[in-house]
Amino acid sequence: MGILDRKLVRDLRRIRGQAAMIVVVIACAVATAVMSFGVLRSLAETRAEYYERYHFADVFATLRRAPEPLTEAIERIPGVARVQTRVAADAALEIDGIDEPVVGRVLSLPDRGEPAVNAVALRQGRMIAPGNAHEIVVSENFARAHGLVPGARLGAILGGHKRELAVVGIALSPEYIYALGPGMIAPDDRRFGVLWIGRQALEAALDLKGEFNEVGIQLDGSKPEAEVIERLEAILKPYGGAGIYTRERQSSHAFISSMLDQLSGVGRVVPLIFLMVAAFLAHTVMGRLIDTQRQQIGLLKALGISDRAIGWHYLKLGLVLIVLGTGLGLAAGAGLGFGLTDIYTQFFHFPFLRYKQDPAISAAASLVAAAAVAVGTSGGVRRAVSLPAAVAMVPAVPSTYRTGSWEKLGILGRLNAPTRMILRHLARWPLRAALGVGGLSLAVALQISMLFSFDALDHMINGFYSRAQRQDLTVFFADSPSSAAVDEATSWPGVVKAEGYRTIPVRVSLGARARLVNLTGLQSTATLVRLLDAELAPVRLPSRGIALSSKLAALLHAKTGDVVTVEAIGSDTRIDVSVAQITEQYIGMDAYMDLDALNELVGGGSRISGVHLLIDKSRREALYRTLKNVPTIVGISERAIVLASFHDTMARTLTIIVSFFVAFAGLTAVSIVYSGARIILSEREREMATLMALGFTTREAGHVLGGEIAILVVLALPLGCVLGRALGWVIAERLDTDLYRVPLIISGGTSGVAMLVVLLAAVISTWIVGRHLRRLDVLATLNARQ
Amino acid sequence: MTGVKGAADVGATKRKAYSVRALTKTYQTSGGQVDALRGIDLDLFEGEIIVLLGPSGSGKSTLLSLLGGLDRPTVGQIWFRDGELTSLDDRALTAYRRRHVGFVFQFYNLIPSLTVRENVELVAEMADRPVAPSDALELVGLSERLDHFPAQLSGGEQQRVAIARAITKRPAVLLCDEPTGAVDSKTGARVLEAIERCNLELGTLTVLVTHNTVIAGMADRVLSLADGAVAGERTNARRRKARELAW
Repeated sequence: MGILDRKLVRDLRRIRGQAAMIVVVIACAVATAVMSFGVLRSLAETRAEYYERYHFADVFATLRRAPEPLTEAIERIPGVARVQTRVAADAALEIDGIDEPVVGRVLSLPDRGEPAVNAVALRQGRMIAPGNAHEIVVSENFARAHGLVPGARLGAILGGHKRELAVVGIALSPEYIYALGPGMIAPDDRRFGVLWIGRQALEAALDLKGEFNEVGIQLDGSKPEAEVIERLEAILKPYGGAGIYTRERQSSHAFISSMLDQLSGVGRVVPLIFLMVAAFLAHTVMGRLIDTQRQQIGLLKALGISDRAIGWHYLKLGLVLIVLGTGLGLAAGAGLGFGLTDIYTQFFHFPFLRYKQDPAISAAASLVAAAAVAVGTSGGVRRAVSLPAAVAMVPAVPSTYRTGSWEKLGILGRLNAPTRMILRHLARWPLRAALGVGGLSLAVALQISMLFSFDALDHMINGFYSRAQRQDLTVFFADSPSSAAVDEATSWPGVVKAEGYRTIPVRVSLGARARLVNLTGLQSTATLVRLLDAELAPVRLPSRGIALSSKLAALLHAKTGDVVTVEAIGSDTRIDVSVAQITEQYIGMDAYMDLDALNELVGGGSRISGVHLLIDKSRREALYRTLKNVPTIVGISERAIVLASFHDTMARTLTIIVSFFVAFAGLTAVSIVYSGARIILSEREREMATLMALGFTTREAGHVLGGEIAILVVLALPLGCVLGRALGWVIAERLDTDLYRVPLIISGGTSGVAMLVVLLAAVISTWIVGRHLRRLDVLATLNARQ
Repeated sequence: MTGVKGAADVGATKRKAYSVRALTKTYQTSGGQVDALRGIDLDLFEGEIIVLLGPSGSGKSTLLSLLGGLDRPTVGQIWFRDGELTSLDDRALTAYRRRHVGFVFQFYNLIPSLTVRENVELVAEMADRPVAPSDALELVGLSERLDHFPAQLSGGEQQRVAIARAITKRPAVLLCDEPTGAVDSKTGARVLEAIERCNLELGTLTVLVTHNTVIAGMADRVLSLADGAVAGERTNARRRKARELAW
């Protein structure tokens, strides 16, 4: 090892605290980038491969019923590569030992061979024997949640009849990577599962012999998607079908895409924040090091060491930090990547999903980190290179302070000397102070932008759902029965109140803008399910006109009073109706109108899709026993369970992810304050020693150090709250999709926690640096050459 | 200015300020044990100018730091007036420095972010009965530069501000560690003049550490240190005036 390298090692040892902080921040940047993009890429590639291998459809259509020979017409549409028709229905399932409602999505599989589209991945057992009417394959997570294995039996009400079904296989499907049952807002594997059954068996059960009610299509890419859909619509229209949607609207696909979008946002923004902090720290620490080593540099140059060698010497110091930081970051990123992938596998069901470390991502993250730190250190290195030997041999000119114009206002007259020292020092290096404040406020902001998810969740559950949905249960019927079913529901044991509703798919359009959404008709007297305005105040359902959810209104550019066209899917009915109300809705984007008006629109008399029930909870079990024997019921959703499951799912994921970021932000704050305090100490230790020699206590002298940090922190906290709101807004905007919206709600508690973390980080770091002050050799410091 | 004593009074009073007995200071270094002071005994009186002479490493700065309460001896006692300094805890030592000791260092150690006046006020604010900062600065001949920052002053001027800062609290003792070490001889003479004037007008016991033998001429007594021990002591029959000194 050369002499200069030995100096390098010793320099590093001397500034080890600050060096460690820079390494940690670089590591945070690299780790978050590697984690986010690594998981993003692993998930995206896995999904693509899964779709490819199991022929996931590009276009989906649901219809009332159509004869199988229609398949040929669909296959002939230019641009269509593969077509698979099937029969699908919801069924109420009976599972031993469970009195809660369980919904099964029952899908037919061809009696012979693999489905051409939307195939299933068999995980255990075998596929259904051809022609066997009682064998089923069940989705893996549902099977796991209930301990179902091949050989298990379960009861299902299919087509109004109870059937005993035998599980022969366990499988996964690309359609249900993220599995949401009816009425659900988060996956709940105990209460929703997918069942595959033989085509003939299901046709027979549903009285759809030789017919189908769903079709999946893969495109060959030769024709635009819209063109294929237009032709498909024309073919299916006579059969009560035009519920056509593309892969982008398929719920499982859309949820995963939305999550991938979030990851990509995190991967782009968060590492950048860490890198900015790392560059800032590298800049200040290197700058200070060069300042304190001016004379050494001069001496080295006087001894004949070239400018280049000096520059390389200091650059190497930066490189060591980069190598250590990226090394640590790559290792941590891989660990976090595995961890995050593990979390996602709890919600996303893939037959194969491994976190794959991507050398390209690691290399890119390392390079960007290296560049940021190199930029940070370059100023110091340049200064070392350009320092003439002669100038370097004399002490640096003492810092010149000035009385600022702000002092002439007389405010400082009342301040004591240490406070004046602090303020003038800050004013002397305003950029550094500003960057310090900026860095700390980013640490606050980063936390707020993550922590607010809990406030949003709380707002959605306790603010929105508790006001908008006050029913205990929602019961879904197989075929829309007449409104008389409401009276029947009222007679069920324990039912205090029953309100019928009807939901139909419609296309709502205004001008050239159109959206396929659910239109729900509510009884005019409805009090269980209510519409809320933007302030979450209940609003009356208009007796005429339509109420649009705010997202739908925004997409259609519709405002109250505008006339929109509503077209019932699967029928020729089409009416123009005025927008009477814009309502708040965080999940989905639906439209609402009066139940009678809706029935009038669709025709066919007064019908409902289901009932919302208010029940006497002490008679819950008796009610469930009754409901299990009502053959027309295909599903029951219990509001409390849906919300609890939503809350648990979200809270579990959020807690883990948010904890990472809070810890990272805390580390960032520690590193900024620690480095800042070390630099202040290094620059001002002589002043503090002077104060101590003059009779100030260590605590009083330490005020110069702690006071400056305190001012930076005090400025950073409110700024961080403002930045946090802005960052939160960006994130909320990113999350604003057709599927859901995250309200930007930031509670006092969230801001408080974020500020407290930074405050604690500042206190701890200042305390650590303060220990050096307590051990300061006053005399040696005062007698040292300046 | 009130409370100023003349040189004649000093000789007449001769009240003991410090009694130092068997003072030993040992440092542990990586190279082993270093004895900076080895069993020193001495007495210092109010109003005196004492010059501690000796080459580097003789222990003069160590002695000064022990007298000033910046450090503690390994063995031995120091009494200041009637109290034993060596028995005080950190808090009491800080209070002692605050009340009784003025320091002047080789490298001035002014606070760069405070003006000349504010540097002096810093100490005046802590004192019970301070000399007005402007008077203290006038005493060292700097009444014209009150609002300048240290970086705008020459080395000699900075050192004179340091002297004004030290005497503004009317310290019982002024401890000067190589006060002319960082300035040229002409400037050094002016610095010494300021110290001398403070001694004369305020009657402050002044202990001046130097390796410059010429400066010994302005002392009442000269203590020579070598290898951590007092190697010699002489009393000047007549104190030479600072302005007469040249080196």
